[in-house]
Amino acid sequence: MTIALAAILIILAIGLGGALIGMQYVLGVILPLVALLVFIIGFIWRIIDWAKSPVPFAIPTTGGQEKSLNWIKPARLDSPTTTMGLLGRMGLEVFAFRSLFRNTHAVRTEVDGTPRITYYSSKWLWLFALLFHYCMLVIIVRHARFIFDPVPLLINVIEFGDGLLQVGTPRFFLSDAIIVGALLFLLLRRICTERLRYISLPADYFALFLLLSVVLSGMCMRYIEKVDIAMVKVVVMGLVTFDIPTMEQLVQIGPIFYVHVTFVSVLLIYFPCSKLMHMGGIFFSPTRNMKVNTRQVRHINPWNPPKKFHTYAAYEDDFRVIMEEAGLPVDKASEATPDTDKDTA
Amino acid sequence: MAKLPTSDQLLAATPTSFPDKGWMEIKPEFTPGTYPYPAKEATMKALGFPNAHTWAPQDEDWNLPENWEEIIYNGLKERLEKHRSLKVFMDTCVRCGACADKCHFFLGTNDPKNMPVLRAELLRSIYRKDFTLAGKILGKIAGARSLDKAIIKELFSYAYQCTECRRCSLFCPYGIDTAEITAIVRELLYELGLGINWVIEPVSNCNRTGNHLGIQPHAFKEIVEFLCEDIEEITGIHIDPPFNEKGHEILVIAPSGDIFADPGIYTFMGYLMLFHEIGLDYTLSTYASEGGNFGSFVSFDMAKKLNAKMYHEAERLGSKWILGGECGHMWRVINQYMATYNGPTPACMEVPKSPITGTVFENASATKMVHIVEFTADLIKHNKLNLRPERNDHLITTWHDSCNPARAMGCFEEPRSIINAVCNNFVEMPEHTIREETFCCGSGSGLNSEEIMDLRMRGGLPRANAARWVADHNNVNRIACMCALDRAILPPLMDYWVPGVDVSGLHELVGNALIMKGEIPRTMDLRQEDLEYPDPEVEEDEIEENGVENASEEQDNGGEE
Repeated sequence: MTIALAAILIILAIGLGGALIGMQYVLGVILPLVALLVFIIGFIWRIIDWAKSPVPFAIPTTGGQEKSLNWIKPARLDSPTTTMGLLGRMGLEVFAFRSLFRNTHAVRTEVDGTPRITYYSSKWLWLFALLFHYCMLVIIVRHARFIFDPVPLLINVIEFGDGLLQVGTPRFFLSDAIIVGALLFLLLRRICTERLRYISLPADYFALFLLLSVVLSGMCMRYIEKVDIAMVKVVVMGLVTFDIPTMEQLVQIGPIFYVHVTFVSVLLIYFPCSKLMHMGGIFFSPTRNMKVNTRQVRHINPWNPPKKFHTYAAYEDDFRVIMEEAGLPVDKASEATPDTDKDTA
Repeated sequence: MAKLPTSDQLLAATPTSFPDKGWMEIKPEFTPGTYPYPAKEATMKALGFPNAHTWAPQDEDWNLPENWEEIIYNGLKERLEKHRSLKVFMDTCVRCGACADKCHFFLGTNDPKNMPVLRAELLRSIYRKDFTLAGKILGKIAGARSLDKAIIKELFSYAYQCTECRRCSLFCPYGIDTAEITAIVRELLYELGLGINWVIEPVSNCNRTGNHLGIQPHAFKEIVEFLCEDIEEITGIHIDPPFNEKGHEILVIAPSGDIFADPGIYTFMGYLMLFHEIGLDYTLSTYASEGGNFGSFVSFDMAKKLNAKMYHEAERLGSKWILGGECGHMWRVINQYMATYNGPTPACMEVPKSPITGTVFENASATKMVHIVEFTADLIKHNKLNLRPERNDHLITTWHDSCNPARAMGCFEEPRSIINAVCNNFVEMPEHTIREETFCCGSGSGLNSEEIMDLRMRGGLPRANAARWVADHNNVNRIACMCALDRAILPPLMDYWVPGVDVSGLHELVGNALIMKGEIPRTMDLRQEDLEYPDPEVEEDEIEENGVENASEEQDNGGEE
């Protein structure tokens, strides 16, 4: 955890220090463009890399009743046999975290000297994970206002909804509060639960710290250390249209903006080479994205090796005499010469 | 062999908290009772494994081949290129911990490396070091570590503390399937010549004799005939099942455990009685006398090799379809791998159609293999069987969903419809321990050997614990299942944690309840124990009336599409 924290502080120092010593051009132009490029290329590269490996076997995890006899109701979403069902399963998995929704918590107690394990439904991880991801989505959509002129209606509608509390100027966004809460929950459970603490890698803390830093620096810029937001839009519009902003424009924006941009850039660069790729991975998971029709449709393995097995002929050669004695039918009567070559095993 | 501690001792020896040191710092320990015996060099060699050698888990030096690092690197590289699942599962885990307390081995041992996430991290850490940029540069900070011999030992230890039950995969938000990771780790270990005897012996037997137990053709026939004598004693009906005969409609393949060991044999007797009663046109095979597939606990190729016999024999015998017995991992292979491995089916095979009800099993149209539980559920639904569930009235039964039929097939309602038809007293175990959330018996995937009883009792604790609940609250005295390994594994598990609960296959209960044409009034169940509620003494002609004539009148009620 200390390693992850140290890394975050270094990034902070680079962002803040860079802005103070006049490196706005590097932090505000070069870094984000490079980061975006790394993100796009890296993401695509990772997807291609996964896709290059074939799926030799159909191994869906059946989360409910199979489709067998017509009077038994199949679980259309948890064990889908149709394309619609499969889309439903994947949709639930991606948009509602269906598998995580199943989560239980096992509690071991003792009753009269014998162990008892009780399984309680446990939806906290599901809830906060879902909250985090949807807030993230809302925030990204809100940020799209910086690259559109005029701002599309959808973004304004989302922003209006997000600011529904109507407190503060600028209006306080619900998503900001929730995402901080959700990230803190994810962080605290990692620190406080023995199991989570034991399995956590520096990378796990780093990802959470990085996301928190992105969010907090952004919030700081909006609510506390306000920057020239009109100029931010000019700069960002410039970046996406490759109308590179001038140093004059860049210095009009306060250093906190460069801190935020630095954190976001690091996140973009880090994304493709980290566990954050679970965003793409879920679509490639063969236990989820395959139909439960494995006896109905033959799945083809592109590298299926040739059949090599102990043939019946070889078996009969081995046991012909005792088979005949036992009255078992044989293909070749025992006077025939055994043909051991048929054993391809 | 280590002496099995009492349940109190076992619980007392379970750590209550995690070690102070990080998991990478902790080396595996091999204490008696926790590791399976190694495979014999000669058996491994005969099956064509490279680097077969003599070694023992408790030894300091495992005599690994000279280039063991290269073997692991190349082996992992090859598998990353062959299995998208492995690549995606290596990359997408966020260590959210949702899988942690879903594993029966973790719940039973409280060993952090038995959390599915850490079990996978054992391999993931090596993967990062060799195959990711961050791992290469940052090393341990990025969760990467260099391969050493202790890691090989660790992989062995924890690949054989996983039963590939896939319970964790159900709860994982990305569907990461530890069974896939365990299977690939075991493959890699086999490349180093490291295998376990309890798996390799059956594989070797199955390859040559046709079944895991190494029962030769004449003995197979004799045992089945012996079971038929028992059936005759109980029912007064003589059954003469066909063996290796050509030209029958259906090839029946059951797990060999069912003809060999108590209580599986009663399940097999149930099959034979059912087939006789409905006049099924079938044959058994001594060559394809194994439904199970211990090859699937070794490698994909070995699973394919053993599985290939089924279609080969169906082709030789001219069977139209295959009816498969009650078994768990057998159905993982048949339901998800068989068509891929060894399809398309021989030309003589057709889409399975029940000759009794006319039901077409469209769900098995490519594999052309039907689960006997699906088959029997269909018979009962169409009123083709005369049943007297009162014969099972001395039982209060619960149902153990076996991992593979549950999470690799989704077979839940079929067995329940049967059990409700043949038993008057049926109780479900508590939620979160049944259906797709079912717990493993604790010793699947080739871990049912005697020398790891300590580990098995721990792994089986969650299942036993749920059984205990219904035993205490509902007086359950029988746990039924549709898996041959369960039938071997659950009895000692129940004796250990829930004494007084016996284990049955589903078709044992069917066989008990089945009223056969011309049978004598039953006074015994299939175990030849006196029935608490024996059949009333009835006249011969009354039985005839209860026979198939009655059934055929009700034939149209079932409503077949």
